[in-house]
Amino acid sequence: MSYITKPKVAYAGLNKNKLGLTIRNYEGGMSTLCAGCGHDSITAALIQACFELNIPPERAAKMSGIGCSSKTPAYFLNAAHGINAVHGRMPAIATGANAANRNLYYIGVSGDGDSLSIGLGPFAHSIRRNLNMLYIIENNGVYGLTKGQFSASADMGSTTPKGQLNQQPPIDPVLLALSLGGSFVARSFSGDKEQLVPLIKAGLTHKGFALLDVISPCVTFNDHQGSTKSYAYTRAHSHETIHTDFIPHADEIKVEYDEGAVVPVQLHDGSQILLRKVDPDYNPKDPGDAISYIQHHHEKGEIVTGLLYLDDNARDLHAVANTTDQPLTELSYDKLCPGAKALEDVFEAYR
Amino acid sequence: MNPTDTSNPDYFHKVVDCQWACPAHTDVPEYIRLIAQGRYTDAYMVNRESNVFPGILGRVCDRPCEPACRRGRVDEKPVAICRLKRVAADLCGEISQRLPTIPKKKNGKRVALIGAGCASLTVANDLLPLGYEIVMFEKLQQTGGLMRSNIPAFRLPPKVLDGEINIILDMGVDLRLGAPVTSLKELLTESYDAVFVGTGAPLGRNLEIPGRYDTDQIFVGIQWLESVAFGHTNSIGERVVVIGGGNTAMDCCRTSLRLGGKEVKVIARKPMDMLKASDWELEGAIEENVEMVTNHAPEEFIIENGKLTGVKFSEVEWYEDEDGRLRSKKLKDVVVPCDSVILAIGQENAFSFIERDIGLEFDNWDMPIVDKVTMQSTREGVFFGGDAAFGPLNIIWAVEHGHQAAISIHNYCQGIPVSDRPSYGMNLASTKMGIHEWSYSNDFDAITRRLVPHVSLNERFQNLNIEVELGFKAEQTVKEVERCLNCDMQTVFKANICIECDACVDVCPVSCLIIAKNGSEDELRLRLKTPALNKDQDIFVSETLPQTGKVMVKDENVCIHCGLCAERCPTGAWDMQKFTLNIPYATHSPCTKRKKIA
Ligand SMILES: Cc1cc2nc3c(=O)[nH]c(=O)nc-3n(C[C@H](O)[C@H](O)[C@H](O)COP(=O)(O)OP(=O)(O)OC[C@H]3O[C@@H](n4cnc5c(N)ncnc54)[C@H](O)[C@@H]3O)c2cc1C
Ligand SMILES: Cc1ncc(C[n+]2csc(CCOP(=O)(O)OP(=O)(O)O)c2C)c(N)n1
Ligand code: SF4
Ligand code: SF4
Ligand code: SF4
Ligand SMILES: [Mg+2]
Repeated sequence: MSYITKPKVAYAGLNKNKLGLTIRNYEGGMSTLCAGCGHDSITAALIQACFELNIPPERAAKMSGIGCSSKTPAYFLNAAHGINAVHGRMPAIATGANAANRNLYYIGVSGDGDSLSIGLGPFAHSIRRNLNMLYIIENNGVYGLTKGQFSASADMGSTTPKGQLNQQPPIDPVLLALSLGGSFVARSFSGDKEQLVPLIKAGLTHKGFALLDVISPCVTFNDHQGSTKSYAYTRAHSHETIHTDFIPHADEIKVEYDEGAVVPVQLHDGSQILLRKVDPDYNPKDPGDAISYIQHHHEKGEIVTGLLYLDDNARDLHAVANTTDQPLTELSYDKLCPGAKALEDVFEAYR
Repeated sequence: MNPTDTSNPDYFHKVVDCQWACPAHTDVPEYIRLIAQGRYTDAYMVNRESNVFPGILGRVCDRPCEPACRRGRVDEKPVAICRLKRVAADLCGEISQRLPTIPKKKNGKRVALIGAGCASLTVANDLLPLGYEIVMFEKLQQTGGLMRSNIPAFRLPPKVLDGEINIILDMGVDLRLGAPVTSLKELLTESYDAVFVGTGAPLGRNLEIPGRYDTDQIFVGIQWLESVAFGHTNSIGERVVVIGGGNTAMDCCRTSLRLGGKEVKVIARKPMDMLKASDWELEGAIEENVEMVTNHAPEEFIIENGKLTGVKFSEVEWYEDEDGRLRSKKLKDVVVPCDSVILAIGQENAFSFIERDIGLEFDNWDMPIVDKVTMQSTREGVFFGGDAAFGPLNIIWAVEHGHQAAISIHNYCQGIPVSDRPSYGMNLASTKMGIHEWSYSNDFDAITRRLVPHVSLNERFQNLNIEVELGFKAEQTVKEVERCLNCDMQTVFKANICIECDACVDVCPVSCLIIAKNGSEDELRLRLKTPALNKDQDIFVSETLPQTGKVMVKDENVCIHCGLCAERCPTGAWDMQKFTLNIPYATHSPCTKRKKIA
């Protein structure tokens, strides 16, 4: 909360992107989250990524459920579309929106509570369907909005500020996505924009479901000594396995790299992602290997980060359902609703 | 980079651009806040402490603070600092209670001040409360120096001058009017413990070109303005040519309009963007329909049958030669018809009363050699200040010289080396009042600079003494005060409690913060989200941060002191703290510690 809003200062020093917009054109309302909340940092990273990708703000649609994390679409891209769904139902709403207009950038922002407790079903199915969207889980291990109860992502043995133990095993959204055939699976940390911003850009450009699990400390209820999702703990235990460089398709690719250590991936729009293996043993193209690697490191108390798995050939929902290339919102009325006769013909075909 | 040393008062002082630029270091944001609260008398006293003449300076100060003002970098126009100073002076209440008490029992030291201009008056102001006996010699029958004799009454009414000068005279100056000092040597034989020379630069520069002495219609600006001010001159020809392009030229042309001039031209050698006159003085003249003619070099006064009929000029073009020096090339001759000419091409010192065998050395330009810090000449016990010290400057510099000379004189009379200077101190106090509350108005107000109303062109020429500027109305004042960015509300950082959550970096509306790996200054400047290209402004680098070993970097250039960084910081690592510069004066030095200068 703040009594004043971030002032619009007309000052010439700010850079402009290809659309002639400054980063301030990508902002939203003033955050009402607690000062220092990791979620605000992710908001800032989203703003930066959209600015750098030259996304026209009105070509984005922001989707969220309920929670502190789900409030954040109010704080970026003021000019974008947005739907704030009921608790845990953002993936369902996003699926509908995406079905109607496939030409927008879908940015889903959810929490560990919103996606892994009440919303686990819709979340899982949106991965299976390879819905074309960026899906960010702002993961703080608690229900921040309802005052810090453990969520389904809290680690065994982590404690509340007063010392109560969490005794249930966590659901790791990254492992879940890998097991469900997710085509883009990544993990990052709100306190590391150098890693986070390229991942957001890659996720927004990826055609299909891009899951980005971002450890995002809740300064108010989960940033203490016994927490495994605090700033200090995450910094001490995170382990960047794959570093991602995002190279927009307009830029000539000049980076030189050692074949074994770097996996280049060409995206559908011509952009390129360079997956730089920090750990040479890691293979970002094999979900099975990825799962055992992540589990193994988790047992050692390490949080594996980076773009952990990428399959750019997976077909998204529209491809599987064989829908028309043109967004439904742009179809003429007679095409969209061909009338009773056409319906009759469809029924006839099944008789 | 090494961590920034913010314990040196200079660091935060420099952030307060206006105060840093003011020769006397007036605490501008503090008095603007006091005006905003309607505390005009308090605002006046804050001013008076450093600049001594708030009512005068609120009208005619050269205002080096305004081009320095951060607001000018944030949205083009600086805060109307000078106009606000006038508001404080115009609405100031009774201050006699707040003036220093003058001890009945004197300290036994006598100081002679030569000249009754602002420099000498400041010395008197600073020494009288310490029990000094002050004898002030003035050649003219009036006090005030050029402020009275040259700055026209339509810019600076005598009432305002008298009010502020009398405050000082009433402290007990032994004033000798009509008493020119004709021999410094002789004065030095009298029983003075120290002498201060505040005689100004009283001569106007002459222009020796053909025809100069063949008419009585060519006047030297400085002398002419003085004779107008003292009522000896009350008319001028209808067509007037003022030669020059500085502030004196502006006063001469505007004064001519009030004495019967109908067609008044200011003609200068240099192009418009190189004229010495301040923008507001130029605007003042242009508003009164004075024609500005540039790139014209005077060649000859044309006299026909003993009567001045015009001036011949060479119209010139300027270019840079190989060495980058500016040179002019003649294009053609131009004759400008006129009835009177006023020369306003410069001001010179006159030290005929100083003998050259008294151990007081002069340089090649016949200027006394004066120490820039102590204001002492090469003869011990003789000090200089104002225009007499280093040539013509302005009122606020004369005041600052006066303060420094007073410190030196006090030292000298107490047997302390004059080079022993009391140091500047500072105070920092948190302004946090609640989770989102600060004890100052931290929100940014995007309003543009207010314009001060003027007396209409119809009315203002009716007599010589109508003050043109009316001062801000209440509605303008309340808006203009909000434009001040409160640059003295400093962002103070504690590295050890920062958890590197980036909240401050993300919220800063002008992107002037980053957390980054340390590097060289040049490189850090480029790595800021908005590159810190203004090298006149410092960048702050913190101690190493605990979690990642990076550093917090802040570009001071366009910080608007909104306090959002501190408000969004969960640990209080950033705080907004009110900075107060403790300026040493002869009367009270903030620290007993004195800094020695080489
Ligand atoms: C036309 C004009 C306009 C100006 N406008 C501005 C302006 O708008 N703002 C601004 O800040 N500055 C302005 N200035 C400059 C400013 O007036 C001077 O810088 C300032 O007055 C210098 O103060 P001073 O005390 O050093 O000397 P002065 O004001 O010159 O005072 C010196 C005094 O010493 C007296 N004196 C000289 N010799 C002797 C002697 N031998 N014995 C006794 N007395 C002596 C003189 O009569 C005079 O009274 C202007 C100057 C001019 C010429
Ligand atoms: C149907 C329904 N059940 C329960 C709630 C109460 N509720 C609000 S937010 C929330 C959890 C949010 O946790 P998370 O998604 O992790 O968001 P965070 O606040 O931690 O960012 C819950 C249970 C609700 N709003 N609606
Ligand atoms: S309660 Fe936690 S998650 Fe919610 S805004 Fe505050 S710090 Fe962020
Ligand atoms: S006060 Fe803080 S947030 Fe505001 S402009 Fe300055 S550095 Fe940025
Ligand atoms: S908001 Fe405070 S704790 Fe967070 S990075 Fe800034 S100074 Fe550090
Ligand atoms: Mg949560």
